[in-house]
Amino acid sequence: MIFHLDQQTFSYGKSSAHSAGPAALSDISLSIKAGEKVALIGPSGAGKSSLLNLLYHNSPLQSAWCPQDGGLVDSLSVYNNIFSGGLERRSTLYNLVNLLRPFAAPKQEIEALARQLGLRDKLFTSVDQLSGGQRQRVALGRAMYRQQPVFLGDEPVSSLDPLQADELLALVLKQHETAVVSLHNRRLALNHFDRIITLRAGRFVFDGPSAGLTMVHLDAMYEVDASAAE
Amino acid sequence: MPLSNLASASSFFSMQLQGTGRRLFWLSIAFIVSALVCLPFADLQLHAVDPWLELSHIAWGMITPSFAHLTINELLQALGHTVAFALLAVVISVPLGVMFAMLFRFRVVRWAMASIRAVHEIFWGLLFMQIFGLSATTGLLAILIPYTGVFAKVFAEIFEQQSQLPTQSMSPKAGALSRYVYGLIPQSYGAMAGYVRYRFECALRSSAILGFIGLPTLGFFLESSFKQGDYSEAAGVFWLFLLLIATVRYWLKPRFWWLYALAAIGLLPESPTVYGSTVWQFFSQDIWPSSFVRGDLTASLSWLDKQFWQVAWPAIGTTLVITQLALVLTGILTVLMYPLATKVIVLNSVRLPSRFVLLFLRSMPELMLAFIFLLLFGPSAIPAILALAFHNAGLIAFLLSNASEADAKEHVTQAFAKRPLDRYVYQELPRRYTAFLAFLFYRWEVILRESAIMGILGIATLGFYVDSAFEDIRFDRAFFLIIITALLNIFVDGVSRSVRQRAGLTTANLAVR
Repeated sequence: MIFHLDQQTFSYGKSSAHSAGPAALSDISLSIKAGEKVALIGPSGAGKSSLLNLLYHNSPLQSAWCPQDGGLVDSLSVYNNIFSGGLERRSTLYNLVNLLRPFAAPKQEIEALARQLGLRDKLFTSVDQLSGGQRQRVALGRAMYRQQPVFLGDEPVSSLDPLQADELLALVLKQHETAVVSLHNRRLALNHFDRIITLRAGRFVFDGPSAGLTMVHLDAMYEVDASAAE
Repeated sequence: MPLSNLASASSFFSMQLQGTGRRLFWLSIAFIVSALVCLPFADLQLHAVDPWLELSHIAWGMITPSFAHLTINELLQALGHTVAFALLAVVISVPLGVMFAMLFRFRVVRWAMASIRAVHEIFWGLLFMQIFGLSATTGLLAILIPYTGVFAKVFAEIFEQQSQLPTQSMSPKAGALSRYVYGLIPQSYGAMAGYVRYRFECALRSSAILGFIGLPTLGFFLESSFKQGDYSEAAGVFWLFLLLIATVRYWLKPRFWWLYALAAIGLLPESPTVYGSTVWQFFSQDIWPSSFVRGDLTASLSWLDKQFWQVAWPAIGTTLVITQLALVLTGILTVLMYPLATKVIVLNSVRLPSRFVLLFLRSMPELMLAFIFLLLFGPSAIPAILALAFHNAGLIAFLLSNASEADAKEHVTQAFAKRPLDRYVYQELPRRYTAFLAFLFYRWEVILRESAIMGILGIATLGFYVDSAFEDIRFDRAFFLIIITALLNIFVDGVSRSVRQRAGLTTANLAVR
């Protein structure tokens, strides 16, 4: 068992300056086993981000975290942003020197990763120069460079074109044993995940295998959500 | 007519107003009342026989600057020392500030930083002068110690404002330093660099001011020529200093800071060798009352009792009275001056000269202004209050007029287009009022620090007694009074913070801290 939540109720005392007041969760029970690939879907404000945050704080050591707006450091290069995913594998001194002048070993690793992400020629560009889609790929790269068994992603491919989204989602899921990913795109959820959880107003509406589900089912759930939310 | 409108404009503050307006109204009233209460206790006597005659002499000096009695060598050396002290002090205190900012979650660090920044550069200078003489060591330590405290606090605040997401995305197992260096430090880089630039200007002022206690910077020549009544020469040094500050951005290229730092090391005056034992003797014995060093606790307590009630207490009173009066006068002057510097209210023919005056006041160290007012009005509280009020009003009014212009396009309503006074009381002032009070309260603690230091000019604030204790070689008393001053500062800082929090006064502008 990787994650186990038992009737968790969760609310933020005060919304912090940089999150737009995440939704509260009420009475959530959830077990995720190693090897499961879980997609979270639901309208915005349903509590997907809160749930992912909660999961991440439960096991930060074995999870690679890809937060919603990327959480990149604007003034650092693509290379250093990705490198920061693996700080714990090297000494502080090594990390400090690397910031001034990249070492050959991590450079090779990150170059290979960047090639897969289509960022090879942007490696030494600071990320504030990049487009939304490119930034999202950097955030994915950093999460992959964490090299953890679990991937937690909050809308990690929302600004990519459909083809790239498919490709990179497959890559990320292949590299992680377990994954919990929130998605807006229901087609991606059906195609890539074996379990789907639908949230509305902080509660689970549906939690089950994706096999047998179709877009029609999911659309129906969404519409119920949408009308109920009003 | 504008006048009747002015009367009804007070409805902006009126008692029926709920919420913010009402709160800020009462806050303003409370502070004006505090100043009125202080008024009878302030020494506001005019001692000078003929201030206007003196003023005309100074004014004449200002327009006929000369360096007749100074060699170009002396002048360049003083200029070099001023820049070198400021630059090296900043170059050293910035990394120290970053380091302590990273440790700011520890209460002991917060306390240590609060206490070192509560002691004014001049007090640090007077203290180190006893050990290191009039040397580079004294000049550098005097600036870099309090600046480390300021940088640590402001950098910690900047870190707090950053997004936590990058750090969250890293492994909790990564070392704290690595996480800062790949997260919060590059995230904060822009804000930190801007603040360091602003602080470098402050350091130039601090460095010049250290000349007043004898260090070989521009302030030294300024003071001595003023004292000799050579106003033309004083003006020469003064214009040179103002030029130095006004042109910082042209002669200082931040990219090459390390080159400048190397050059600055070469420009420093000599430092005599000081033995560790001397330093140890000073800090372990000289600055403590002899009874305390002997271990006689009863005698120490009676010493403490006497020093506090006979020396410190009246000086605290004077310092606080001057602080309150200066604070409220700063507010009044700001409200009067800033509309004259924004294009929302006035035309360029008024705006440009006003902005020049504001920049001038802002660049002038309080102590220099006080020195000039002292020549005019004699040694009372008046020069201190005026100097503090004009300098701080210049600074706040400049920021407010910038804010007003930044927000001008959306907000100028046609109805008021030709009636500047209406526009000011109905639109400008209400919009700017929260920021105005926030800036003012941030400056409260600064004004207190500075009014304590006014004592070295002979005004009976805490600094006067510190200075004379050093002159009498009563290090124990001087040290005790410095601690009292620091505690008073920490106290006022706390009061100011709680007032700001309760009134909801915040500002992202770091140039007031």
